[in-house]
Amino acid sequence: MKNDIPKQSPALDERSKHLRRQIVRVLEGGGRGHLGTSLSLVEILRVLFDSVLRYDPKRPKWPERDRFILSKGHGCIALYVLLQEKGFFAKEELVKFCRFDGILGGHPDPKVPGIEVSTGSLGHGLPIAVGMAVAAMRRGAKHRVVTVLGDGECDEGSVWEAAMSAAKHRLDNLAAIVDYNKQQSYGSTYEVLDLEPFAAKWEAFGFATREVDGHDVHALEQVFAAVPFAAGKPSAVICHTVKGKGVAFAENNLKWHHKSSIKESEIEDLMRAIDDAG
Amino acid sequence: MRETCLDQVYELAKADPRITFIGSDLGVGTLRKFKEEMPERFYMEGISEAHLVGMAAGLALEGGIVYANTISTFITRRCFEQVAVDVCLHNLNVRLIGNGGGLVYAPLGPTHLAIEDISILRALPNMTIVAVADAEEMKRLMPQTVDYAGPIYIRLGKGYDPIVTSDAVPFRIGKGLHMREGGDVLLVTTGITLKVAQEAAKALAPGGVECAILHMPTIKPFDLELLLDLAGRVRAVIAIEENTILGGLGSAVAEAIAEAGFSPGKKFRRIGIPDVFSDRYGSQANLMDYHGINAGAVVSTARALLGHR
Repeated sequence: MKNDIPKQSPALDERSKHLRRQIVRVLEGGGRGHLGTSLSLVEILRVLFDSVLRYDPKRPKWPERDRFILSKGHGCIALYVLLQEKGFFAKEELVKFCRFDGILGGHPDPKVPGIEVSTGSLGHGLPIAVGMAVAAMRRGAKHRVVTVLGDGECDEGSVWEAAMSAAKHRLDNLAAIVDYNKQQSYGSTYEVLDLEPFAAKWEAFGFATREVDGHDVHALEQVFAAVPFAAGKPSAVICHTVKGKGVAFAENNLKWHHKSSIKESEIEDLMRAIDDAG
Repeated sequence: MRETCLDQVYELAKADPRITFIGSDLGVGTLRKFKEEMPERFYMEGISEAHLVGMAAGLALEGGIVYANTISTFITRRCFEQVAVDVCLHNLNVRLIGNGGGLVYAPLGPTHLAIEDISILRALPNMTIVAVADAEEMKRLMPQTVDYAGPIYIRLGKGYDPIVTSDAVPFRIGKGLHMREGGDVLLVTTGITLKVAQEAAKALAPGGVECAILHMPTIKPFDLELLLDLAGRVRAVIAIEENTILGGLGSAVAEAIAEAGFSPGKKFRRIGIPDVFSDRYGSQANLMDYHGINAGAVVSTARALLGHR
C-alpha cells in the first residue's frame, strides 16, 4: 500500500514559523544537524509543550512531571528549541549545538535539563517508556509517559516487543506518538521497509490508535487532549507529517535529512523559505 | 548457584520494595513465591531481550533496583546495545543475571555458549562483572548487589558446583580474594576456575612448585593493586577462565602485568577458551577438557613456564 501524502495542512502560523527559524539558527550555530526530521516534528512538540505535558523548567526532576522521551533522538534540534523557550536552559546554548563547549549534542542527553534519557540509537525509547509507565502505574502516580517515535524507527523489532508489553500491562498512562513523515534516510518508508497498514499495526498490537494531520495545531490539540483513548490501553497517535515541512525546497527532499556542513547562503535560503511558507 | 542467586533475589525483594524482577521466558515455576507474594514487582516479559533491558532501564530510572534474568548469551550479546546505551550510559541499578556462563550449555551447542560475555561487557564503561565460584560465594555476593551503584552483570555457573570458597576472606565486590600462599606461580581465577586452580596447586605441590591463588570474582572493576602485589612475589602468572582468551580475565591480567613493567619480567600464560566456536557437545566438563581448561593443563603450563620438565 503506497503512503498517502496528507491533505493540505492549515497554513503555518507565526509561532510555527518562529520555531522553524530558531531551528535554522541552531543548525547554523552547530554547522550541522538533522533538519528535515526536526521540521516535521515542530507542531507535535509545540502542542505537547504548550498544552499537554506537565513540567516545571525550574525543577526538571519534579517527581510529578510527565515523562517525555524523544525516541527519534535525531530530531533533537526541535526539542532543544522548545526546551529553551520554556526556560530549561540558557539561550546561548542553542548556538553552541554540537560544539565542544556546549551541552547540546547531536542526540538528546540527560545531562541537559528537560531530557529524561539518551536516545538516538533507534528503537530504545518505547521499551524505556514502558518501564517508566509500569513504575508509575504500580505506585499510583498520576503522571504520564509520552514518547515520540520516528516512522523509520518503527523498522526496529524492539519497538514491537515493547508495544506488546505495553498492551499486556494495560498502560493507559503511556502514549506513543509517531512522526509519520514517510521518509527515512535512504528513501521513502514505502520503498525501504513498508510500514503499512501502519495504524492497523498499532491497533493490532493493542494500542488505541488515532491518526491526525501532524501539522494541524488545532487537530493535534484535540487528539492529544483525548489521550488515553481507551481505559486499560496504551494510546498511539499516528501523525501524518511532511519531512522538511515549512521549507519548500527541503520538503520530502532527502538531501535535507542530515547536513554535516552548511553554508551561510543556505541559511539565508532556509530563512527566506520559512518567510514564504504558506 | 542459580537457585541460590534467585532465592536471594526473592529474600532481598521481601526486605526492599525497590527491588523488581524481570525474566524473559524462564522455566515454569521460576520464583513462584516471588510472583505470588509480590506480583507487582515480578514480570515475565517474553522472549524480547532488547525490550526487557530497556524496560529494566525505565524502571531503574524511576528509582528501582532491577534484577533481569535469562540465559547469558541472550542477556549480553542479543541486546548488547540496550545494555550499553540504556543501562551503562545511564549508569543504572540494573543487575543482569546470566544463566549458564561459559560452557554450561554444552549439550545445546554454540548458540547457547556464553564464550565472550565477560569480554564484551568488560568493554562497557560503568559495568561491573561478577562471576562467583560457588553457591556459598553467591550468598555473600547478593546482599551487596542491592545498594551497589551502577549496573552489574552476574554470571551464573552450572548449579551444584562444588563448594570451594570459604568466608575466611571477606567478600567485597571489586576486591580479589587471596586464597592460597605460594612463591613460584600465581594462579588467577574467576568463576568456577577457582576449583581448577585449587586442584592444580595441590598436584604441583609434591613436585616442589608452590602456587599462590588469587580468585577474582569481580573481573571489572579489576583489583589491580592486589594482583600486582601478588604477581610481584612470583616468577610466573597463569590466568584461568571459562571465557574466550580474548578480552576477559587473562587479558585484564596481561594488561596489568605488561604495564607494571616488572623487572625481571613475569612469565605469563592465559588458559581459556581458544578463539573458536565450539564444535562439540557433551558436558561442560567435556568441553573444559576439550579446550584445555583443567588442572592438567594448568600443571603442565606452570611447569613449562618455570622450566621444569
